[in-house]
Amino acid sequence: MKEFLIDILQNEILVYVLMAAVPLVWIIPFALFAVWWERKISAHMQDRLGPMRTGGWHGWAQTIADILKLIQKEDIIPAAADRKLFNLAPYVVFVGSFAAYAAIPFSAAYVGSEINIGLFYILAVSSFVVVGLLMAGWASNNKWSLFGAMRAAAQIVSYEIPVALSLLAVVMIVGTFDLQEINRAQSGYFWNWFVFQKFPLLFVAATIYFVASLAEVNRTPFDIPEAESELVAGYHTEYGGMKFALLFLAEYANMFAVSAIAATVFFGGWNSPFGDFMSGPVWGLFWFISKGMAFIFVHMWLRWTLPRLRVDQLMYVGWKVLIPFSFVIVLGVGFWVMLAR
Amino acid sequence: METLEEKIDARPMTIPGFGRALRSEEMVINMGPQHPSTHGVLRLELIVDGEIVVDAIPHIGYLHRCFEKHAEHMTNYQQVIPYCDRMDYVAAMNAEFGYVVACEKLLNIKVPERVEYIRVIMAEFQRIASHLIAIGTYGMDIGAFTPFLFCMRDREAILDIFEQTCGARLLYNYMWIGGLSHDVPADFAEKVKRFCKMFRGTIKELNNLLSYNKIFVERTANVGVLPADVAINYGASGPVLRGSGVKFDLRKNDPYSVYDKLEFEIPTGKGLKGTTGDCWDRYMVRVDEMEQSVNIIEQAVDKLPPGDVQSAIPKRIRPDAGEVYVRTETPKGEIGYYVVADGTASPFRVKVRPPCFVNLAVLPAISRGAMISDVIAILGSVDIVLGEVDR
Repeated sequence: MKEFLIDILQNEILVYVLMAAVPLVWIIPFALFAVWWERKISAHMQDRLGPMRTGGWHGWAQTIADILKLIQKEDIIPAAADRKLFNLAPYVVFVGSFAAYAAIPFSAAYVGSEINIGLFYILAVSSFVVVGLLMAGWASNNKWSLFGAMRAAAQIVSYEIPVALSLLAVVMIVGTFDLQEINRAQSGYFWNWFVFQKFPLLFVAATIYFVASLAEVNRTPFDIPEAESELVAGYHTEYGGMKFALLFLAEYANMFAVSAIAATVFFGGWNSPFGDFMSGPVWGLFWFISKGMAFIFVHMWLRWTLPRLRVDQLMYVGWKVLIPFSFVIVLGVGFWVMLAR
Repeated sequence: METLEEKIDARPMTIPGFGRALRSEEMVINMGPQHPSTHGVLRLELIVDGEIVVDAIPHIGYLHRCFEKHAEHMTNYQQVIPYCDRMDYVAAMNAEFGYVVACEKLLNIKVPERVEYIRVIMAEFQRIASHLIAIGTYGMDIGAFTPFLFCMRDREAILDIFEQTCGARLLYNYMWIGGLSHDVPADFAEKVKRFCKMFRGTIKELNNLLSYNKIFVERTANVGVLPADVAINYGASGPVLRGSGVKFDLRKNDPYSVYDKLEFEIPTGKGLKGTTGDCWDRYMVRVDEMEQSVNIIEQAVDKLPPGDVQSAIPKRIRPDAGEVYVRTETPKGEIGYYVVADGTASPFRVKVRPPCFVNLAVLPAISRGAMISDVIAILGSVDIVLGEVDR
């Protein structure tokens, strides 16, 4: 795609800007849609209708109206807050989640930056979010925010280990961190997807990744950093207006990022499940987004079904269940790969 | 007067496993009065060591509405009933039930059987409605949002029955001294039976969704254990007392109205998922009680005799000088009305012994050493309504 664009536009810098803008163009409509979708899903799960009026058909314009409202809000900074950090934090959080999109392969033809350490890069930059959350919690100068930030830091750092280990199992099989390479290794029919390979080792790895990724994006049952019934709203208690919208946007962007990685690494990414049928760069985009959306639906489904764990129980699940199991998976896959060679 | 810092310094660290060697500085945080999980305007002063609560001090009074002063200043006894409604506003029927029973005892009136049965049906409906709110908001405190909406949906059906009967959905002024404001509508029995049939199914649904959910059990079992002797010493009543395994229910132990003619059981906490008297037991007692209330309603509807509901209402309510104490069982526990008459048309004094106020006193005792999330779980399991705590 890069070469093709350079051919047309004859301007390399403009092409880089365009390439970088693609994920942004995707994130904003996605977040608008996902917020509306989540409200509809939760409503239908709870015998309600959800937004029905704004915009006409099933309240499709509800989130647009919400965003317009948030833009008009007064930008309030608490008197005792650390102004610099307080203002900076939402951007740091958003940059962390946006940067991960650089290496996510949307289709065979498009990946923001085709680097050979794509997966490694994503794992690294997505940890950046923690810094932003800690900044937000600390700078608010609110005890509840501080609690939320501390919980978020502890949780995300702990759950990065099972995430990395479960992805490592696939990396050991393919032998590269390059996400396009991982995608190509799964082409063909859906039984070539890594989730069905080396059964049941990678299936368990995919499950571990999914559970740990829920914790990484602070979704129920691991939503303890923002636990509205305990910490009011956690680290974003003091945020309002556009800064709150930015934190919210980052949350949904993160949600799609982890779902996209699950889809890419374990579920064939942009590959069609039926071999050559409906495959190609444009269909690839369709399959990739459908798979990502399917995971997001599961995220929402879980959120509106399950209660929330306690902090110590969360740490127990992370350190005593997921991490030992993912070590076993890594060892098992290692032996399998060695013996099968 | 010692400062707060001195108080904290003087307090010995008693949490096992967190001995003096690890002692660090505690933080004081305010939970409430504007907090989503304090169920109203309760303010909890939490002294925390990290996530662990060293002490919890409830501060009440944000919803004080001078119930006693109002009661003294009414021109007659009847006018106190709306104020009773506004104490425990999610269980108004039960609150006015206690007051009218007290006034009838003071006046020596015998009310018709039909009135008694309708009162029992309404009180049990209100018990279900109140427990539905308690259970739903409890689920929300633990982080499950959907059960709350399911509970509100079922409560709506009960409120519809109330609305058809007396026109009000929250604060009824339905039970009058000696009778009722309205008779029940013509298709009442049919509607009630349809609700009972539907509701048994939804209890099962609720159990599947919340009660036996692994995460819910993990969060509530063995949390906030209230031993039976502590519960009795604090004067706890209602599901809080029964959750600790004490079989005490005024409907059985000191029957009023027609409860002695109806068959039902008193569910108690048995420690099925953890220790007897933990949050899960208190929660489950409420679920079981709803099932018993459905039993009571079905029996009462079958036995409902015909008659006039206003025949026993006295023309003039002017009891002789004297006093009476009547206690009845509300969803939250034992409510006591101490009514003093001085021979005039208005009460000299109406003192209320509210169950929520007494149950709330248990909170600090079972919150020490718990985590912040547990305090939410414990507070929700005690089920308070601030309108009744502060009056």
